[in-house]
Amino acid sequence: MFKNLMSWIEYRLPFMEKMNLHVMQYPAPKNFNFWYFFGSLAMLVLVNQILTGIWLTMNYEPSADGAFASVEYIMRDVDYGWLLRYMHSTGASAFFVVVYLHMLRGMMYGSYQKPRELLWIFGMLIFLVLMAEAFMGYLLPWGQMSFWGAQVIISIFGVIPGIGDDLTLWIRGDYVISGATLNRFFALHVIALPLVLVVLVFLHIMALHEVGSNNPDGIDVKRENDGSVEQTEADKKFTFHQYFTKGGKKIIVDAIPFHPYYTVKDLVGVAGFLLIFAWVIFFLPEGGGYFLEPPNFEAANPLKTPAHIAPVWYFTPFYAILRAVPDQLFGAIFMFLAILALALLPWIDRGSVRSVRYRSALHTANLINFCVSFVALGVLGVLPATGLYTLLAQIFSFTYFGFFILLWFYSKNEKTKPLPVRLT
Amino acid sequence: MSNAPVDQGRRRFLTIATSVVGGVGAVGAAVPFVASWMPSEKAKQAGASVSADISKLEPGQLIRVEWRGKPVWIVKRPQAMLDELATHEDKLRDPASEIEQQPAYAQNRHRSKKPEIFVAVGICTHLGCSPTYIADDFAAQVEGVTSGFFCPCHGSKFDMAGRVFQSVPAPKNLQIPPYMFTDDNTILIGDDEGTV
Repeated sequence: MFKNLMSWIEYRLPFMEKMNLHVMQYPAPKNFNFWYFFGSLAMLVLVNQILTGIWLTMNYEPSADGAFASVEYIMRDVDYGWLLRYMHSTGASAFFVVVYLHMLRGMMYGSYQKPRELLWIFGMLIFLVLMAEAFMGYLLPWGQMSFWGAQVIISIFGVIPGIGDDLTLWIRGDYVISGATLNRFFALHVIALPLVLVVLVFLHIMALHEVGSNNPDGIDVKRENDGSVEQTEADKKFTFHQYFTKGGKKIIVDAIPFHPYYTVKDLVGVAGFLLIFAWVIFFLPEGGGYFLEPPNFEAANPLKTPAHIAPVWYFTPFYAILRAVPDQLFGAIFMFLAILALALLPWIDRGSVRSVRYRSALHTANLINFCVSFVALGVLGVLPATGLYTLLAQIFSFTYFGFFILLWFYSKNEKTKPLPVRLT
Repeated sequence: MSNAPVDQGRRRFLTIATSVVGGVGAVGAAVPFVASWMPSEKAKQAGASVSADISKLEPGQLIRVEWRGKPVWIVKRPQAMLDELATHEDKLRDPASEIEQQPAYAQNRHRSKKPEIFVAVGICTHLGCSPTYIADDFAAQVEGVTSGFFCPCHGSKFDMAGRVFQSVPAPKNLQIPPYMFTDDNTILIGDDEGTV
């Protein structure tokens, strides 16, 4: 009876077939390490943001008069409102933590290289939408830093020659940031951008499953079936979807089915992540003033500028680049280029060896240079832009862009180590 | 189904024509969505320019006008005040108004269109308090200067052209709004189309 029902559905909507293709019979390289937790964790945080976000809208009032008070109301009077809000605000920071680590993983193991360029582009689009989502969400509590942070970020668009002023007017919907701005940001934050985000995540995963997962060795698990590699006994134990073997043209080596092997592994990652996440929510919900900035506990006041305006920590690397350039327009251009350069990584890196394990010592050093520059810019973006800090921000902006320029030059004829035949 | 041969040229023309007409329709349909983001009539009204009658303004007197929720000062400066502006420029942060806190026509020593009429947003550039106008006791704040503006919140000091003195918390000169004279006795604040 049940079996008949299942096959009746299967005939009309091949659900089990798709589950097999993408989950139970999806060949994932067997050597995923710690760095491979962050993709599934990003999905977990996305679910957390959507769920807590929906619940927050039930008590939040999107208006200049009511927003700040309604957040206070959620924090004080709504049962577990404080928890839902802290899960959402901490979740925003957690999202960027896991996404930055996820991106670093891609850079370390060359996961952006051919044929995964489109996968990387979808990832970068997700990153962009995520930044827009976070920026708009930060205006909603209508605190001082919400207001003045938005003022600073929106005024960046004002430097575009010719249309700048009209563009900022159009974004704000008023001559100053007002209830009109708040309401449209609310609409975009809770409906428009989450929809775009979910679609992009779907495309990201579809693109991943088409080209297959990369791994710490940066060599493929789907090989030509021409006798160059043989399946081991262990390889033969698993059933993979015929889609991946292209009707016998390919053989799959050193791979394991995504479920149950990586679902269980990711579960361990989830447990570890939730341990830290819950600790922050319960004991450090403001993140020491970095997740929720102190001026934001005061309602927005257009007549009073906070002494020091700093964006939330996840924007500071790019904000530091913006401020490091003395000219406003060029500052904005360089900030944009800092993100564009990442998106163009598949074409800037002209090498064919993917993983840092088998690339030159120069590449390792350059990657470390990138990480140091990024973190240093992040720290400098929080600090006031005074003499020494500005100079340091200029130096680290230089080394940030230096990573890409160096990479383009040495990757063409890089002295790499021999690749292993099988995964290690 | 007819067995007539496919006319590729005709098919291509129809495809392109349909796409173009459909594209125009799509652009037209986008207009209300994009345009609805512009300031509403209500916001426009609240942000509209305000006019002030200065016919009864005495020399040395300051009047306040509200524009976009901010206090705007209008001061009629006698010749003595104007002469004084040149005497203390070594004590100012930005005597030549190089930081863009004013429309181009106010980037001069007196920071105004007409030298005697001073128009400025009366909000301290430090933390947004409104400074106090001190007509003839300002020497207590800055030696040798007769009049100026003093912010009671954190002690920032500005001269009679709204230029900030050194060693005070405020970083910039006072903001000068766009304005124009519609006739000899009327100032329109917030609009400088048809600059004199």
